[in-house]
Amino acid sequence: MRYLPLTPTDRQAMLATIGARAIDDLFRDVPEGARLSAPLDLPDHQGELEVEREMAALAAKNVAAGAAASFIGSGAYRHHVPAAVDHIIQRGEFLTSYTPYQPEISQGTLQYLFEFQTQVAMLTGMEVANASMYDGATACAEAVLMARRITRRAKVVISGNLHSHWRDAVATATRYTDSKLDVGAPAANGGEVLESHIDSDTACVVVQNPDAFGRLRDVSGLAERCHAAGALLVVAVTEVVSLGAIKSPGEMGADIVVCEGQSIGNGLNFGGPYLGLFATRERFVRQMPGRLCGETVDADGRRGFVLTLSTREQHIRREKATSNICTNSGLCALAFTVHMALLGSEGLKRLARLNHYKATMLADRLSKVPGVKVLNDTFFNEFTVALPKPAAAVVETLAAKKIFAGVPATRLWPEARGLDNMLVVAVTETSHKEEMVTYCEALTEAVR
Amino acid sequence: MTESRYTDQHEWVRVEGDVAVVGITDYAQQQLGDVVYVELPAVGKAVKQGGEMAVVESVKAASEVYAPASGTVTEINDALSAAPQTINEDAEGKGWFAKIRLADKGEVEKLMDGAAYRKFIEDLG
Amino acid sequence: MSTNPPAAPSAVPSTFTGNKALQIEEPLLFEQDSPGRTGVDIPDPPPFQHRLGGLARVTPLGLPGLSEPQVIRHFTRLSQKNYAIDAGIFPLGSCTMKHNPRLNEKVARLPGFADIHPLQPVSTVQGALELMDTLAHWLKTLTGLPAIALAPAAGAHGEFCGMATIRAAHAAAGQNRMRVLVPESAHGTNPATAAALGYHVEAIPANERGRVDVAALKAKLGPDVAAIMVTNPNTCGLFEDEIVAIAEATHAAGAYFYCDGANFNAIVGKVRPADLGIDVMHMNLHKTFSTPHGGGGPGSGPVALAAALAPFAPLPWVVHGDKGFNLIETATGEASRSIGRMKAFHGQMGMFVRALTYMLSHGRDGLKQVAEDAVLNANYLLARLKGELSPAFPGICMHEALFDDRFLDGTGVSTLDFAKAMIDEGFHPTTIYFPLVVHGAMLMEPTETESKASLDQFADALLSLARRAKSNGEPFHSAPTMSPRRRLDETRAARTPVLRWRPSAPKQAAE
Repeated sequence: MRYLPLTPTDRQAMLATIGARAIDDLFRDVPEGARLSAPLDLPDHQGELEVEREMAALAAKNVAAGAAASFIGSGAYRHHVPAAVDHIIQRGEFLTSYTPYQPEISQGTLQYLFEFQTQVAMLTGMEVANASMYDGATACAEAVLMARRITRRAKVVISGNLHSHWRDAVATATRYTDSKLDVGAPAANGGEVLESHIDSDTACVVVQNPDAFGRLRDVSGLAERCHAAGALLVVAVTEVVSLGAIKSPGEMGADIVVCEGQSIGNGLNFGGPYLGLFATRERFVRQMPGRLCGETVDADGRRGFVLTLSTREQHIRREKATSNICTNSGLCALAFTVHMALLGSEGLKRLARLNHYKATMLADRLSKVPGVKVLNDTFFNEFTVALPKPAAAVVETLAAKKIFAGVPATRLWPEARGLDNMLVVAVTETSHKEEMVTYCEALTEAVR
Repeated sequence: MTESRYTDQHEWVRVEGDVAVVGITDYAQQQLGDVVYVELPAVGKAVKQGGEMAVVESVKAASEVYAPASGTVTEINDALSAAPQTINEDAEGKGWFAKIRLADKGEVEKLMDGAAYRKFIEDLG
Repeated sequence: MSTNPPAAPSAVPSTFTGNKALQIEEPLLFEQDSPGRTGVDIPDPPPFQHRLGGLARVTPLGLPGLSEPQVIRHFTRLSQKNYAIDAGIFPLGSCTMKHNPRLNEKVARLPGFADIHPLQPVSTVQGALELMDTLAHWLKTLTGLPAIALAPAAGAHGEFCGMATIRAAHAAAGQNRMRVLVPESAHGTNPATAAALGYHVEAIPANERGRVDVAALKAKLGPDVAAIMVTNPNTCGLFEDEIVAIAEATHAAGAYFYCDGANFNAIVGKVRPADLGIDVMHMNLHKTFSTPHGGGGPGSGPVALAAALAPFAPLPWVVHGDKGFNLIETATGEASRSIGRMKAFHGQMGMFVRALTYMLSHGRDGLKQVAEDAVLNANYLLARLKGELSPAFPGICMHEALFDDRFLDGTGVSTLDFAKAMIDEGFHPTTIYFPLVVHGAMLMEPTETESKASLDQFADALLSLARRAKSNGEPFHSAPTMSPRRRLDETRAARTPVLRWRPSAPKQAAE
């Protein structure tokens, strides 16, 4: 078997050194009743050729977004990742390395984590960031737990326009704590007023910007109201490219910013692995979950980097840890760092501008489709349209023509009223004008 | 000033009139290694003997510090936030954590004296 | 035990650059900035009416501009400072640092896997759902448990998932049980997870044989115990030989048996956890099933569930009907008692693809061989080393061998010093100071992908280090001396945290 270096001769020699007659001598502590008497109902080993054929057959049963005209966003966005990114993350020294617990031989990982933390802080307009979390939704849940620890309060106000998966991740993570979640209903037409929900028992308010319907909001006023009441403002961002065009949450007064970083460096991958970004103010740093990389010097006085403030983490605090998290999103964070290094400020601003431009192009075309109305006054690269009939069926019709029209709002909020005809549409730099034309033509017919 | 008393959790307490000064022992700071951070209680907080009062962090460990006696916190050693290494340098002097207005002086009298504590840590091996 | 690096003769090379042949110093990205430079060519759109509603960003982003050649060189140089499995044995206990097959990487990049959006219409992703179903089938067969939750993003997330189903199951049965029993030797995520779920955690001591003290466990079991969390083989590398008795006692008390599956590599394909009485077990695809560690992540932590716990599995559920595969994304119908969603979307699909590729490559015969070779390799190391190093427990081990620091008594060399000396010999150190139940622990797990020659070289080097330590331990205090960096000042990093680069002078507002 190609991945197993031991030969029968090796095994014999090793057993002799150990003083065992046969390999099962080493399994003698396994209870009689648990020793398998018959082979498992699974196939035997196969060569690369056969495995590749089998897996390719599975892949062929999917329609890749690149083979369709795709306008799906809602928490994951199809962007062009430069070729250099994949080459770097496939280097064995990155791909097959471990958590940098031995810093002397992990400066590669530690330095890019330090660079990553800096990039995230810059993008979000915050003071410090951690070395990443599983994804944006779990980062959001951790932000809520952190706000509760800092304020020692139980109530959490959650915008109805937060992505429902993120809302649900928060609910699951807080389910067995004494948190009181005050969750709004999704409202595509805006008009949500969160300020009135803030009181002296509020730990934090969680709001998404751009929100799940694509709408932009200035949360500075909300931030002031939170702070006046001793609460924290958590801002969630599902499309990190938007930070290249929109005022940062830090500038608007956010205390914790959580983002889905997938858009930069990481492909769609059917929903994972993704990349949670987590940034906050310096004074909260000891309450921040996840790994942190810090700068220091070595015995020769040369600059180096180490994991630090680990006493917050599970392997030391055990029951008292700030979180039970162990892994971060390592390789995804590296991909982000490399892509962001290639972009720089200029590249990111252009990328953001191009996304917004293409979104306005499609929005304008869609507004001309009879019966279709674009609901947003403001948006970045995602907006919501109201169709004259239920969106879910329209999406199915167009999918048969290899057009992924968007996400029906009912898929994200099946329990909400009045969203049946709403469709959330995303546009990125990968969308071509021809695809937009095809889309509008097909939609015109589908809603006739 | 009376002499110090010690707990089996390696805290010390020294009574000065109505108020007791508390901290962790030199043995404790040696076990912890370089102290990097201390989380002190709020002034005015009520503490019970044996209850959690503070947290002391080194690079590799974080330890709860328990109140050696019951009472109310009247003062905390703010200087420790900028200079946590004071705890390593002078754990039983300048590295004090807090002052407590005692609810019951009798609690302190029941704790180990210096000789008993020295024997206690010797036996820990 | 200070972490301040001790003074020692400098290892800084006397070259002009500070480089040492292939070991090249590399500044931060931010220290190589040139304004206006970029490593991409993105077209500028024509002027257009924006819809940002007055929220356009006007402050500078501050991100540095580099060209592609500079970026490639930057990260290439960084990579050369990392130890990796591809470079040598990585003997970290309980991490299972096995070879990461490159076929897995190739398959994961097929557009049919890599370029599908999680919210595409289900009819367009039948292959993805079938893959998840097939992976679940393999995991069910290997564990003997009837249900698999694929959502958790990593091991600790899987622990949360498994323990949350336990809590939900007890609640549904009207049982109020708030105690969880965890061995002293457990990994820190175990008690952290239990606490996150509101449980009161109690430690179960180990006996002198390094296993769970069953009498002590039985004394602690009661009608208010929700579960025990046990790792098997345990973190001392030993098979819990009384596991059936442990399971019976636990079930008799009405509690569930949670197993931390981090050490599944020792028994995969040879023993089914369900046959040991386990009710729920998380697995680490990035350990047992070879998905790459990637410098710390991403992982994937699917959870195998007994029938009693299956109804509470997190969303989404992959189900099969007459129209093909479907996703249940809300807690309705058969999923009405689900604990809910744990993260966005459906799980770590990229890792599922890699793990299934690995499983298909090995097959049932290959996986059994994996467990046998893993156990053989660890016992071989134990046999070769036990003359000079001090095994923590007598007898054989499973897939990892545990030593304590008795062999260093009187040398002045600590476990930490000994570990750092391994670095100059060209090895990543073993796990140190874990598990906490053993003094100065050194836990080593070679995995099945190490050749006998590799093990011999490693063992010979450790024997040499042990002999040197016993004759003159002094040089160990300044080890390592040949790595890209010497010992780093972790105290300074924690006392005055510097967690990001900052410009030395504020940038001008207009960019």
